[in-house]
Amino acid sequence: MSKRKPAEEYHKTFAFHFFSWLQGEKDPYLGNVEMKPQEEYVIDPEMQLRHEKEHDAILDKVYDMAHNRELRLFHRLYQATSILFCLFLMALLLVTISHLPATGAAVKPVNNEVAARYIESGLEETGAVNIVAGMILDYRAFDTLGESHVLFVATITVLIMLRLDKNKKGEPNPLTRDMNPNDRIYEPKNDAILQLVASFLVPIIIIFGIYIILNGHLGPGGGFSGGAVIGAGLILYLNAFGFSKTERFFTEKTYKWICFFSLSFYCLAKSYSFYTGANHLHSIIPKGTPGAILSSGLILPLNIAVGLVVACTMYAFYAMFRKGGF
Amino acid sequence: MDFVCNFPFFSILISLFSGTICSVLPEKAAKAVNRIVIAAVGVMSGILLLYLLGTGESFVYWMGHFPAPWGNEIRAGILEAGMALFFCIIMYLSMAGGAHKLFDEVEESKHNLYYILINLLLSSLLALVYTNDMFTAYVFVEINTISACGLIMIRQVGRTIEAAVRYMIMSLLGSGLFLFGLCIMYDLTGHLLMSNIKESVALLIQSGEYQIPLIVSVALMCIGLCIKSALFPFHAWLPDAYGYSTVSSAAILSSLVSKGYIFLLIKIIYRVIGFEIFNNTRIIDVLFVFGLLGMIFGSLSAIKENDIRRMIAYSSVAQIGYIYMGFGMGTQAGMVASVFHILSHAATKSLLFIAAIGLTEVSGGSRKFIDLTGAGYRNKWAGVAFTAGSLSMVGVPLFSGFISKLLFAQAAVQVEGKMLAALIVLGISTVLNAIYFMKTVIRIYATTGDTSYPCITFKDMKVHAIVLLFFIVLNIILGVSSQPIVNMIEQGLAMFA
Amino acid sequence: MGPNLWINYGEAVAAILFCIGFTNLLLQTNLIKKIIGLNIMDSAIYLFLAEKGYIAGRTAPIVTDGITSVEAYINPIPSGLVLTGIVVSVSVSALMLSLTIRLYIRYHSLDLDEIAAQLKKEGR
Repeated sequence: MSKRKPAEEYHKTFAFHFFSWLQGEKDPYLGNVEMKPQEEYVIDPEMQLRHEKEHDAILDKVYDMAHNRELRLFHRLYQATSILFCLFLMALLLVTISHLPATGAAVKPVNNEVAARYIESGLEETGAVNIVAGMILDYRAFDTLGESHVLFVATITVLIMLRLDKNKKGEPNPLTRDMNPNDRIYEPKNDAILQLVASFLVPIIIIFGIYIILNGHLGPGGGFSGGAVIGAGLILYLNAFGFSKTERFFTEKTYKWICFFSLSFYCLAKSYSFYTGANHLHSIIPKGTPGAILSSGLILPLNIAVGLVVACTMYAFYAMFRKGGF
Repeated sequence: MDFVCNFPFFSILISLFSGTICSVLPEKAAKAVNRIVIAAVGVMSGILLLYLLGTGESFVYWMGHFPAPWGNEIRAGILEAGMALFFCIIMYLSMAGGAHKLFDEVEESKHNLYYILINLLLSSLLALVYTNDMFTAYVFVEINTISACGLIMIRQVGRTIEAAVRYMIMSLLGSGLFLFGLCIMYDLTGHLLMSNIKESVALLIQSGEYQIPLIVSVALMCIGLCIKSALFPFHAWLPDAYGYSTVSSAAILSSLVSKGYIFLLIKIIYRVIGFEIFNNTRIIDVLFVFGLLGMIFGSLSAIKENDIRRMIAYSSVAQIGYIYMGFGMGTQAGMVASVFHILSHAATKSLLFIAAIGLTEVSGGSRKFIDLTGAGYRNKWAGVAFTAGSLSMVGVPLFSGFISKLLFAQAAVQVEGKMLAALIVLGISTVLNAIYFMKTVIRIYATTGDTSYPCITFKDMKVHAIVLLFFIVLNIILGVSSQPIVNMIEQGLAMFA
Repeated sequence: MGPNLWINYGEAVAAILFCIGFTNLLLQTNLIKKIIGLNIMDSAIYLFLAEKGYIAGRTAPIVTDGITSVEAYINPIPSGLVLTGIVVSVSVSALMLSLTIRLYIRYHSLDLDEIAAQLKKEGR
């Protein structure tokens, strides 16, 4: 440092800054580059009110279907493209269908060894006279197991949506408060004609439903159709006599336990059958004589289980839609 | 047959049956049953995976007393077992991580119904993974859809109900198309089992018969599953559904439900149509284009979002675009990349959703970015986890997202004609990802003078923190030891043929 | 166009109905009409399947008089698939209807667009 500069001049040079930074005397970033703390945001109530009003006004204008030209144009465009897409789909499907094998022909890919075995040895292998019942409850039982659970999960979702529950203190829940539990006020009560006809019809309908379920393996019918008929009978009874009568024998608890036992039985019975089938074990379930009412192994009990589930589910759907409970 | 071979069947049946059982149990017991079932299924899948790695062969399992073309079947290979194990892990972690916020705005008396839905969802996912029969797949797709809808709407605010309606409408359009395609396929082949359909399809292709219906049927099934898994133009229902449902629902929906459909599509491509035949159709080009569009538009929508959960939801659209881009490349490498991305996205997206709830919790329940300022300091664990998830999404090495991007890039290089487009869009999408994820990370670590919100320490959120830790570890495992996993995926895909 | 369009007129009708249902489900803003569209769509698929199983001159697959020859009965598989499909469609309709009821009670409207507009205004 032979050529000493005056102190003031030296303080302006880069070397001075560098050495002082090196010795920790000074941080060049401090106070220069560092971010300032954010200013506190003060809410002006008047401004906020105005903002909200403007916001509402904008929304009103945007969602005003009648006057917003862009929105209308967008809707038109959307509809036009959708219609074009649907027309295109229709043309595509028609062309496809024109190439498919002819309806009603005996020789086509569908009529192969699979269908042949179902028809030829279905009676022997499943014991069911109704080949379709034998197919869905024995050959392809896994599908049907899934199907009954589709119905089950749908009931659960309907329960979630519509069941009106009270919380522990017995107050109606605020989330479902706006639902009206009773929509019957506008309907005629104790209609004599309806009650008389229903008292004739309901037993017949229910017996017919039971017949369909029990004959599922012998003729047209089965658990689902029979269950739907019984459900319809119950709904008719409910309409004629009101909830106070049906609640004597059918509450949510009944529904819960019937569903539980039927589905559990279904699951366990089919698990047994799948397990023995896959491990090539002999199944102890007797097939019986084809054509007799007690025949065809598991198909009859499974039909009864499905019938119970379906009947209860149909009634439960209706009760849920009517007043959000049983 | 070894006893282990019963495990796929046991896992499906146990989870179905536990759904029924939960309907009569009180909430606590239902919760316990649910946890035990998920854990048990996970353990079984793990054992099955080890067994299959040992034998190196897949097997079919008769569902009943009748052999292949007549009875119903399920099938297990390495990929199936691995997927089942992975789904169980994610589901368990999502349930545990969202447990304290599970019943936000859900009625008390309906809590046990939630567990029924979860059990049935698990069983349907397992059935989709294991099934060897197209019609069974359709039935379980419906269970999956309905229970997913239940998961969305169980939190009964207006938005979720509307989202559930939109979700159902899109899903029903999808299943209608899928079923129609399935019926045409059945008409052409006369079979419903996947392996038998494949044989018949190969014969049809050789003989040159019914070419048009065959292609149309495949296309209908593909479009159906694309709609259901929220590929780009069909994603309108997604942000509300993921953004407003309870946190566990959102994590499960984004990481598992859509992946179930995608896995079914992979199965259809390999086991029903045949990989070569599928690649010779124009369908893969359509999937490729929509995948690319999804990658860009999903990210763009995410950038515009002002709500953290909706932003993550939109990011899902982009990630699903990646997966379909992999399908669209039409090579084995692209497929491997897609399968790996299914795993990596599932692990990361559920992590992000679970971490986001931790952040919103310390911001007065608000999900707006302005309120989240500094949330990373108030809830350190969630902040770190969110950062890790974001880095993984952006594709930083060490995390799983890097490997899947690497695999996609490698796969793209091998494809002529699609390389440039794929690489450019991959690059753009990565940048866009970085923009919106880094924006969020910077936001949650910005200093603020506002201290009105409470801080949360480890003691207040033990389970949550441990779950987040597990998720981060899972991500790092996927990112660091990717080679064995990629090998396993390759082996599993080879088993499909 | 292939050769079989006129022979397959049943399937053609099914395809047209399917598209009508599809369009309704996609385009109607009224939820009840959407559900009707959904049911038309599903029924069209069952019609299609029923046509697939039919073979001219044969009877329903229920064994009568002990005859178990393939020549006597139609194909039973599509009938079974229709049975399964119907249950699925019933479940889905019930679910959609319950959602509609809740939305109507809360927003006093069946129009999905109007409900969406109300939701946006609510700002939740």
